[in-house]
Amino acid sequence: MNSLHIPGTAKTPAVDFTDGALEISGKSIPENSIEFYQPLYDWLDQYGQQAAKSTILKVRLEYFNTSSSKCLLDVFRKLEAIQKSGKSQVSVTWMYEEEDEDMMEAGEDYCEIVGLPFTIEKIKEG
Amino acid sequence: MLNIYDMYKRMENDEIILAFKGDITEDLLTSVFQIMESRLEVSPAELRLKKKVNNILVECLQNVYHHMEDFTEAEKVDDPAASAMFLICQDSDNRYRIVTGNHILNSNVEKLKSRIDEVNAMSKEELKTYYLESLKSTELSSKGGAGLGMIDMARKSGHKLDYRFDPLNDRISFFSLLITID
Repeated sequence: MNSLHIPGTAKTPAVDFTDGALEISGKSIPENSIEFYQPLYDWLDQYGQQAAKSTILKVRLEYFNTSSSKCLLDVFRKLEAIQKSGKSQVSVTWMYEEEDEDMMEAGEDYCEIVGLPFTIEKIKEG
Repeated sequence: MLNIYDMYKRMENDEIILAFKGDITEDLLTSVFQIMESRLEVSPAELRLKKKVNNILVECLQNVYHHMEDFTEAEKVDDPAASAMFLICQDSDNRYRIVTGNHILNSNVEKLKSRIDEVNAMSKEELKTYYLESLKSTELSSKGGAGLGMIDMARKSGHKLDYRFDPLNDRISFFSLLITID
């Protein structure tokens, strides 16, 4: 299916969704995140119909606001549904910069409430 | 004319690195976040702290932003009441303080006060549980507010949220919030 590419801005992350390999990176701090995340939901709904055998979502955010935290949860929920449908093996790689304990904790938070395998990975300097 | 040097010295003594009073708009916030980000980039503070300051700054200014929208729509108030202010201070020990001040309807004071008191009474673990429960059950408001701001700020700052309400008249109070990050 068609890929979804959205370039990053000062307040919204870069999105790169292709068959099986999804990535969200940068900052996610829009005042109203639904507007931004709606196209991602739509893409995932469609992807769910014809998903690749395995799907990895890589999240590599510098920081995000609480409005986005809800939208990220909804992205994970969509992937959970794809996993449950048996169409794809879904996993999440949550990346954080060394020393960024809040971003590491945020990954652990999602890992606790989302029914998907999470890998929480430190980004090495340089 | 005004003694601007006095004002300058006061800002210097109070360790204010950024001050603003007026309408809080999306464009303003975009600029403020960018200014603070580049300032933090060159600051000797550790990455952990810089991230916290950025995160909390976004959260508390967007709180004011969301709240002001509610306010002007809920009640057709005079322009001055729709105005807000904020200060960002950094002391020599790289401790940051963010202060916001905005008008609030008296009818909303009790609710906000009990929300902050509730969050302030929680331990780190309780805040985490409360955050996760709220995250699972919350629906975003039409303006994108998740209702998680106070919990998130308390969690990240690790300090109690300091606040006060100053009643202005029978309809409006001034709400001040101070968050310490170190």
